[in-house]
Amino acid sequence: MMHQTVAATETSLAIRGLQLSFGAIQVLKDVNMEIGRGEFIVLLGGSGSGKSTILNCIAGLLDITDGQIFINGRNVTWDEPKDRGIGMVFQSYALYPQMSVRGNLAFGLKNARLPKDEIARRIDRAARILQIEEYLDRKPGALSGGQRQRVAIGRALVRDVDVFLFDEPLSNLDAKLRAELRVEIKRLHEKLGNTMVYVTHDQIEAMTLADRIALLRHGVIQQFASPDEIYRRPVNLYVAGFIGSPAMNFLKGRIEGGDFLFNAHRIPLAGYDGNPRDGEAILGIRPEHTTCTLGNGGLSAAVELQENMGAESVLHLSLEGQRFALRTSDDTRHPEGTRLSLSFDISRASLFDPQSELRL
Amino acid sequence: MADITFEGPYGRRPRSRISAQNIVIYSVLTLVAIYYLIPLYVMVVTSLKGLPEIRMGNIFSPPIEATFEPWARAWSSACTGLNCDGLQRGFWNSVRITVPSVVFSILIASINGYALANWRFKGSEVFFAVLMIGAFIPYQVMIYPMVILLRELGIYGTLTGLVLVHTIFGMPILTLLFRNYFTTLPEELFKAARVDGTGFWGIYFRIMLPLSVPMLVVAVILQATNIWNDFLFGVVFTRPEYYPMTVQLNNIVNTTTGVREYNVNMAATILTGLVPLLIYFVSGRLFVRGIAAGAVKG
Ligand SMILES: Nc1ncnc2c1ncn2[C@@H]1O[C@H](COP(=O)(O)OP(=O)(O)O)[C@@H](O)[C@H]1O
Ligand SMILES: [Mg+2]
Repeated sequence: MMHQTVAATETSLAIRGLQLSFGAIQVLKDVNMEIGRGEFIVLLGGSGSGKSTILNCIAGLLDITDGQIFINGRNVTWDEPKDRGIGMVFQSYALYPQMSVRGNLAFGLKNARLPKDEIARRIDRAARILQIEEYLDRKPGALSGGQRQRVAIGRALVRDVDVFLFDEPLSNLDAKLRAELRVEIKRLHEKLGNTMVYVTHDQIEAMTLADRIALLRHGVIQQFASPDEIYRRPVNLYVAGFIGSPAMNFLKGRIEGGDFLFNAHRIPLAGYDGNPRDGEAILGIRPEHTTCTLGNGGLSAAVELQENMGAESVLHLSLEGQRFALRTSDDTRHPEGTRLSLSFDISRASLFDPQSELRL
Repeated sequence: MADITFEGPYGRRPRSRISAQNIVIYSVLTLVAIYYLIPLYVMVVTSLKGLPEIRMGNIFSPPIEATFEPWARAWSSACTGLNCDGLQRGFWNSVRITVPSVVFSILIASINGYALANWRFKGSEVFFAVLMIGAFIPYQVMIYPMVILLRELGIYGTLTGLVLVHTIFGMPILTLLFRNYFTTLPEELFKAARVDGTGFWGIYFRIMLPLSVPMLVVAVILQATNIWNDFLFGVVFTRPEYYPMTVQLNNIVNTTTGVREYNVNMAATILTGLVPLLIYFVSGRLFVRGIAAGAVKG
C-alpha cells in the first residue's frame, strides 16, 4: 500500500512513556507508539482495556500523569485539544442537537475565527466527500444513525487536520450499516491519506481497516504489528486467544526432540515458524488451520455440534475430553458423534510457554 | 389461510371502559377535584358580593348583584397597616423581589451545576457535599445569623438584601437539580465541544444552556412560585415600605379595626395567588411543548 511506504519515513504521532492514573488506579502503564504519516492504526482490546483513555490522552481531553505526546514533530503534551491538530469522532456521534448539520460542521471553524468563505468552502468539500449535501440544513435529530455518523466524520474532516481519532464510531450502528461505513472509512483514508487512530473492540474492523493493530490489555500494549503478523505470529497466549473467531484451540503438552506430545500422540513440528526448545508447551492451532477426514485413526475427535454458515461451517468437536473447533468450507453434514481424524498445518501453528505465556 | 381457533382468545384483547377499576379511579379523582375547587369557588363568589349580601349567610350561592368594587378596593384602597393604598404597592414590591431573585439564583445555580457536572475540579466533591448539607438545614436556623450578616453589609431592610437572601437560599436545591441534569447529557458532547475549541463559558452558553430549556422552565416555576409565596423572609428582612404582597395580604386580612370586609379579603387573596397560578399555566404548557419538541434528545 502506498501510504505504508511513506509511513516508514516520517512520524506523524508519537506517544512516549504515556502513563495515566485516575487517583490510585493506574489505567495506562507506559504506552509507547510511533505512528507514521498516513498510517491507519487500530487500538483493539476488550472493554475497559484503556483504548478510549489513550485516545482521550492524544486528544488532550485527559490530563496525562506522565509521558509525552508529539504530533507532527511538535510536543503537544500540554496543549489544548483544539491546538493539537486532531479531529475526533465519537461513538455517540456527539452532534450538537440544537444546531443544523451545517451549524455542527461550522462550529469549530467559527471558534477558530476562519473567514466565512473558507468555512463555506470546507463545508462544501466535506459534504461532497461524505455525501451529506442534502441534509445540511436538517437538525441531527432528523437524521438516521448512519447519516449522523457521517456528519460526525464531517466535523472532523472540516478541521483540515493531519490526525483523525475515532472512538468506536460504528458501534451504535446495525450490522449491515456498520459493514458499509467500514468500507467508506477505508476509502476515505485512501483518498485523504491522513493518519488515523481508530478504537474498536471489533476484531473484524481491526483486521480489515488497520495498517497496524495495537492490541491492549489492562492498559498495556500486548502487540503492535500488522494484522497479518498479529494473526500469524501472536506474541503471547492472550493475543492468540483474542484474535480469531472461533478462537484458537489450545492443546497442553510437551515438546520432545522436535515433536509435540499431546496425550499419547506425537505431532511432528517440522515446518514450525520458530525455534522451540524441549519442555512444557501449549500448542495453539486455529480452527481454519485444521483439516479432517472421516475416520478413527491418529488424532481423532467426535462431532458435538455443527454450525452451518452457508459458505463454510464450524464443527465443534470433543478431542479426548477437550473442546476443539474446526472450520471447513466442505459442506458435508456430520451428525453428532461422527468420528473425524484431524491433522494440523504446523507451519501456521503457534507454541507458547505455559509459564510466561510467550510465544516460543 | 391461517388456522385460527375461534374458540378461546384470539386477536386484540378486549377492554371494557367501564371496569370496576376505572369507576374507582374516576370517582376518587372527582372527589379530590371538588374538595380543592370548592374553597376557590366560595372565594370567587364571595369576592363578587356586596357586604349586605354576604351577611345573608349562604356562602355557596352565586352573587345576586355581582360587583367588582371589592377587587378595586383590594387593589388600590384597602388598609395594609401603615397606608391605605391597597395591594398595588406590595404587588410591585413582589415583582421587584421575585424577578431579580429568580434570574440570579437560576443563573448562578446553573453555572454551579455545570461546573460540578463537567469540570471535576479539585475539591468539587467536597464542595458539592457542603452544598447538599445546606439543602437539608431548616432555614429558620439561619435567619438570625443572616440578619447580622446583612446588617454588616449595610443592606439590611433593603430589597437588595432580600434578593440576596432568596438567591442564597435557592442555591443548594437548584444546584443539585442542574448538576443532575447536566450529568445526564452525554459526556462526549462536552468533549466534542472542547475539540472544537470552546472553553468553559463557550460550552456553557452555546451547548449546555440551549440544551437545558426543560430544566430552566422547571427552575423558573420552582423559584418564582417559592419566592412570590414567601412570607417569612419578606417580614424579617425588609422594612414596611418594601413588604411583598403576601405580607400586605396578611395585614389586610388581619386588620382589627372596623368591620371585616370578607369580600375585599377574598379578592385580595385571589389577586395575590394569581401570579403563581399564571406561572403554572403558562410555563406548564411551555414545559410540555419543550419535551414534545425533543429539546434534549439528539
Ligand atoms: N473517569 C474515570 N475515573 C476512574 N476510572 C476510569 C475513568 N475513566 C475510565 N476509567 C477506567 O479506566 C479503564 C479504561 O477505560 P476506557 O479507556 O474507557 O476503556 P475502553 O478500552 O473500554 O475504552 C477502565 O477500567 C475504566 O474503569
Ligand atoms: Mg471506550
